[in-house]
Amino acid sequence: MELMGIINLNEPEEYLGELTRERPFAAVPFAGRYRLIDFTLSNMVNSGITSVGIFVQHNYRSLMDHLRSGKEWDLARKRGGLFILPPAYSRFPLQVHRGDVNNFHANLDYISKSAPKYVLISGANMITNLDYREALAFHQSQGADITILYAEMMQPKEDCLQTHILVMDDEGVVSNMVEYDGEAEPQKMSLGMFIMEKRVLVELINSCISQGDYDFIKHCIIKNCDKLKIYGYCHQGYVAPIVSLQSYFRHTMNLLKPEVWKELFFKSGLIYTKVKDEPPSKYTDNAQVVNSLVAGGCHIEGKVENSILFRGVKVHPGASIKNSIVMQKGEIGPQVSLENVICDKDVHITIGKHLKGEGSYPLVIKKGWVI
Amino acid sequence: MRKKQCVAMLLAGGQGSRLGILTKKVAKPAVSFGGKYRIIDFALSNCNNSGIDTVGVLTQYKPLILNSYIGIGSAWDLDRQHGGVYVLPPFVKEQGGQWYKGTADAICQNINFIDQFNPAYVLVLSGDHIYKMDYSEMIEFHEQKNADATIAVIEVPWSEANRFGIMNTDENQQITEFAEKPQEPQSNLASMGIYVFNWSLLREKLLEDQKEASSTHDFGKDVIPKLLREKYQLFAYPFTGYWKDVGTVESFWEANMDLLDEQSPLGLYDSGWRIYSVNPTRPPHYLAASSKAKNCIISEGCMILGEVENSVIFPDVYIGAGAQVKDSILMTGAQLKENVIVEKAIIGHRTVLENNTVVAAKKKDGKQDILVVASEIVIPPHSKVEANIKA
Repeated sequence: MELMGIINLNEPEEYLGELTRERPFAAVPFAGRYRLIDFTLSNMVNSGITSVGIFVQHNYRSLMDHLRSGKEWDLARKRGGLFILPPAYSRFPLQVHRGDVNNFHANLDYISKSAPKYVLISGANMITNLDYREALAFHQSQGADITILYAEMMQPKEDCLQTHILVMDDEGVVSNMVEYDGEAEPQKMSLGMFIMEKRVLVELINSCISQGDYDFIKHCIIKNCDKLKIYGYCHQGYVAPIVSLQSYFRHTMNLLKPEVWKELFFKSGLIYTKVKDEPPSKYTDNAQVVNSLVAGGCHIEGKVENSILFRGVKVHPGASIKNSIVMQKGEIGPQVSLENVICDKDVHITIGKHLKGEGSYPLVIKKGWVI
Repeated sequence: MRKKQCVAMLLAGGQGSRLGILTKKVAKPAVSFGGKYRIIDFALSNCNNSGIDTVGVLTQYKPLILNSYIGIGSAWDLDRQHGGVYVLPPFVKEQGGQWYKGTADAICQNINFIDQFNPAYVLVLSGDHIYKMDYSEMIEFHEQKNADATIAVIEVPWSEANRFGIMNTDENQQITEFAEKPQEPQSNLASMGIYVFNWSLLREKLLEDQKEASSTHDFGKDVIPKLLREKYQLFAYPFTGYWKDVGTVESFWEANMDLLDEQSPLGLYDSGWRIYSVNPTRPPHYLAASSKAKNCIISEGCMILGEVENSVIFPDVYIGAGAQVKDSILMTGAQLKENVIVEKAIIGHRTVLENNTVVAAKKKDGKQDILVVASEIVIPPHSKVEANIKA
């Protein structure tokens, strides 16, 4: 494969509030049994990429625990495979770490020594199922210096925080990237995925560092829009940008639409994740479950409606869960009612409690809490 | 070479002919079971959970699916540098080769394999039983009794004792007599087909057995009686948990239904003794607004629009709107289109039942036979299936 992958985990961690307090953004649980990073990583693997480097930020223990050798993604390889690239901390204490270009610079060796000619750079916050080979073929046929993947979509404002909108001419040449200005028409939203030759990346990083710049998108891409031939490649398909707790909640609920479920999990390849060897889920005589997603190892004796249950969740008799997300190993006691609640991992809601958030502002219960 | 305390030899070559359609394409240990497992997962997981990391799997009958399923054993954490899982099919030697003629012959032909590890004990297992057992406790028992061989036994109902190999023991749990399917059983302790042998003794006796022209080279019929005749110390290790030989369609169906019991003695949900299997990589299953799921187990990747009751549903199954599934087992990827009715049936993997198909045997005196529909076939719309469908 002539393409290598770099997952640049540079998402601001305050995006998801309580959910990212003790874990990096990319390790946030999603869709019943995955972590956000599984989608980008699986897309890369399903596109034939066999070498993936991941730039991690601080606090990456849970991410390491999730990825381990990369075996589940078939990335435990003798040549290539998975590389976890720790952040570039300065040798001098108190020096401020300003941006992600430093991470690229510190790992230029890794990038230039890898065999593939092209590099794909992506974040982890765009949940979609796509084949990068099509984008690479487009990049090659256009003779582009850089190709930016985008999706044409109408998004509510809260989905567009921190995302960039491409300014393009009719030929597909990108002349600028701007902030979303709230206009109510379809926008060409950048997916934060870039394809270029490794040679171009190395030059960009070196010149960026020599000029004292530090932000990959701002200084390496936007600043060079007029100098380089940058093309936009339109990805047709479902995209869920996860940029806030609201968008996380809404896009999770969207998984309850069978067409979204089918596309996201099966379209151009399966989504891999760390396996837990849970048995199948058990429904008892009292179970009443409708319009819900249930992962393995659950034991359900109560009522569940419009909700997502992660692996190993226990729902006691008389409990009622509505429009909610219960993460791994959650235990919902008898006569409990939940509505618009996100229970992080290992939460135990004891008998008779009633918890309620709003659709636009779900109540998040912190990991490991007993209520 | 480091010495291993114990090497497990798993007999997985049996055809399981009484399972009929279910073993048409696979050996019995590879038959799917319990919503995501194959029967062999139980023995392999028991090995790993008991701390036994060297397992030879003896295959013979239709081994393709079994071999590819076992792979290098990583699903059971048996991909090891030293030891691990080995698939051992019959092979050709200088003087021609031979099929495995019996359970003892299968071990005998692999003496070289076992010798590599120079083990103190060899644990002989069969790959077609559903149970959880800590083999390390059995080995401890074997050591305590200073036994030459130990056989795991389970109490079976007296009325069924004549179907098993029955052990008569003294008060010290020493085996005094072994009777294969006795007309008038004197005990209800049945052999589970799990043996611990001192390797040096077994090695010698296997070679002797090999020379006996009248021998069928079977542990139960030949080797155990021979050891008893020669006055070796054989002990019966009593096992009390759930154990099921899924040798027939009825017992296979029952063992699956046993999983639905809230007090299921097998305890699949015990995270301290996980049953491992090759995971299917599927998203959580989806239950639509029109669905109903009662007293059932459902695996990942299913999409369910209809009603399911008292059933075991494997991964990737589709149950369309208006469909009703009762007392049944739907294997991986079965597709039930709209208004399909399935009652007390086993539907093979990736089989498609088109709209309005009914699969149910006719009731006779309130009793209903179990129907089996083979894998990878398409049943046209509006069909009425009242007998097994082979292909």
